[in-house]
Amino acid sequence: MAAVLTRDIVKRFGEINAVNGISLRVPDGEFMVLLGPSGCGKTTFLRIICGLEQQTSGDLLIGGNVVNDIPPRARGVAMMFQSYGLYPHYTVRNNIAFPLHTQRVPREEIQKKVEWASQLLGIGHLLDRRPRQLSGGERQRVALARALVREPTALLLDEPLSNLDAKLRSSARQEIKNFQQRVRLTTIYVTHDQVEAMGMGDRIAVIDHGRIRQVGTPTEIYEDPADLFVATFVGAPPMNIVTNGGGYLGFRPENFLPRDMIAEDAATEFSFRVDRSEYLGSERIVYGVMDGFDSKQPITAKLPPAHVAEGSIRPGEWHPFAVKNSALRHYDTNGNRSSHH
Amino acid sequence: MAVIAEPVVKPVPRFRFILDRREVLETILVAPAILYVLLLVGLPLLLAVYYSLSAYTIYNPTWKFVGLANFEQILQNPTFLDTLRNTFIFTFGSQLLGLVLGKFGAFLLLQPFPGRKIVRALIILPFAVPVALATIAWQWMFDSLYSVINWTMIAAGILTRDEAPNWLGNPYLAMLCIVIINAWRFFPFAIVIFLAGITAVPQDVIDAATVDGAGFWRRNYQIILPMILPIVAIGLIFGIVFTFTDLSIVFLLTMGGPGGATSVLGFAGFQTGIVSGDVAHGAAISLFMLPVLLVVVIFMLRFIRRREI
Repeated sequence: MAAVLTRDIVKRFGEINAVNGISLRVPDGEFMVLLGPSGCGKTTFLRIICGLEQQTSGDLLIGGNVVNDIPPRARGVAMMFQSYGLYPHYTVRNNIAFPLHTQRVPREEIQKKVEWASQLLGIGHLLDRRPRQLSGGERQRVALARALVREPTALLLDEPLSNLDAKLRSSARQEIKNFQQRVRLTTIYVTHDQVEAMGMGDRIAVIDHGRIRQVGTPTEIYEDPADLFVATFVGAPPMNIVTNGGGYLGFRPENFLPRDMIAEDAATEFSFRVDRSEYLGSERIVYGVMDGFDSKQPITAKLPPAHVAEGSIRPGEWHPFAVKNSALRHYDTNGNRSSHH
Repeated sequence: MAVIAEPVVKPVPRFRFILDRREVLETILVAPAILYVLLLVGLPLLLAVYYSLSAYTIYNPTWKFVGLANFEQILQNPTFLDTLRNTFIFTFGSQLLGLVLGKFGAFLLLQPFPGRKIVRALIILPFAVPVALATIAWQWMFDSLYSVINWTMIAAGILTRDEAPNWLGNPYLAMLCIVIINAWRFFPFAIVIFLAGITAVPQDVIDAATVDGAGFWRRNYQIILPMILPIVAIGLIFGIVFTFTDLSIVFLLTMGGPGGATSVLGFAGFQTGIVSGDVAHGAAISLFMLPVLLVVVIFMLRFIRRREI
């Protein structure tokens, strides 16, 4: 196990900068999530770490050693791919053993380690099957076992849950997270799914256009987005952004409530006209416009469903809404967080 | 209640929708192929079997049944055993060479380089050129006097005029020549087969092998090659079947010479059965292809089925 450190990594494909100077420190044993929209460069960055791509410039350190020119097989990192990349012509046993064979590990040792890895992931009964005979969840576990069997310095995961159905996905999320906490393996996890990022990451690095926009714990990312991109990328529905004099004002939909629901005195009042409302069971999302403030998107408010069911919020009418001051975020004209709030 | 439509009174003719019935349509569509196989493959095959058991020649077209006498006579002829051996050398030699060249070529063509598309189009040429034209071109290259290959080697100072080999005059070199020509004809096909196979291997699998510590050779021989083996096997079946039965290159280039060194089954059967008119023996020689081809095809098909599980 080892820390992963990158210094100003740039990857250029022709004219395009896929990765545009990423510096990131992932301490030993941390679960780091790289979150970003598709095409933001997060997968390219991951492929640079494992050595499948060579960076155009910048340094990559694993466990304190510069590994820029070291081929993938000597870096000691393991990677799990979106479609798992299992070897279809091998049994599960041979799939898991493959990374050990390449290292010329002695036969008995291989057997022991395959046993260990398959026990760890509960796939001992599948060892003689072939990948095509496995379910999606089983394949994922085999891929994980293959990644772990040679005790890698770091584990890289590239959208590992995107091939699973929604139900399996949430249990797999738990499984990977529990597992990572148990073995305390330095893990870098790439996803475009903010639920995965928020639920699993010790820290999250939000990436856009090949640059890191913010690195922080899930709470920091959600509560205090560094810029408008992070503010609107994380959260569903995203943070409301309105123009406010020489900058922008942001607040989360769940903090935008009818005035009488906010107990604090330190709150800013707005006049809100409700256009449409959606009942989602556990909550009600209300869309509308705010008097005196411009916004590219409709303003959203997330209300407890009971409140609207009483009929106090009716479409087409203006209502007094408010945000407590501690929940207001200020951004300058460039979209970066202003210091005062 | 409003009347939407008058009830249909006219009975529908029974055969009006006959083509909508799947089994009828299937039969009609597949019938030409079945007829073709029966008339132009099955019937001649049965005819050949009968000829081989008879004493039929074009001078004496008798249907007299002689049992396995023709086969016995053929097997006692040492030239025939040479022919059989030549056929195997020709077939497997050229297939092996073709596959190696094909794999090599496929790897080269997977690398990006300027003009790759043009090269990919040109590489198919040996496959597309009529075998007669191609063989005549090769004949010139292997000619005893005007050999382009010898001229080049002499000009390059590798050989002297006296050392220059007589390609088609030496039994071993003549065999090498027909193997080379057939491999040259086969390798574009092998390239296409390998390209199709390799590009069908998911990139994730290759990347996973790379990260798992596999270098170039291990990736190729433990991951990619086993994965594309079924499609390569299909290509090889075609190659073997076509080469084993082929007589065109031998006929055009060496006429089986020198001294029967390049005579193959197809050529020998043609010479005996058609040119010499001994149809019975010619048919018997040709039928020696059958068990070999049958074994090859069964072996390959079983192999493919096993790989797919």
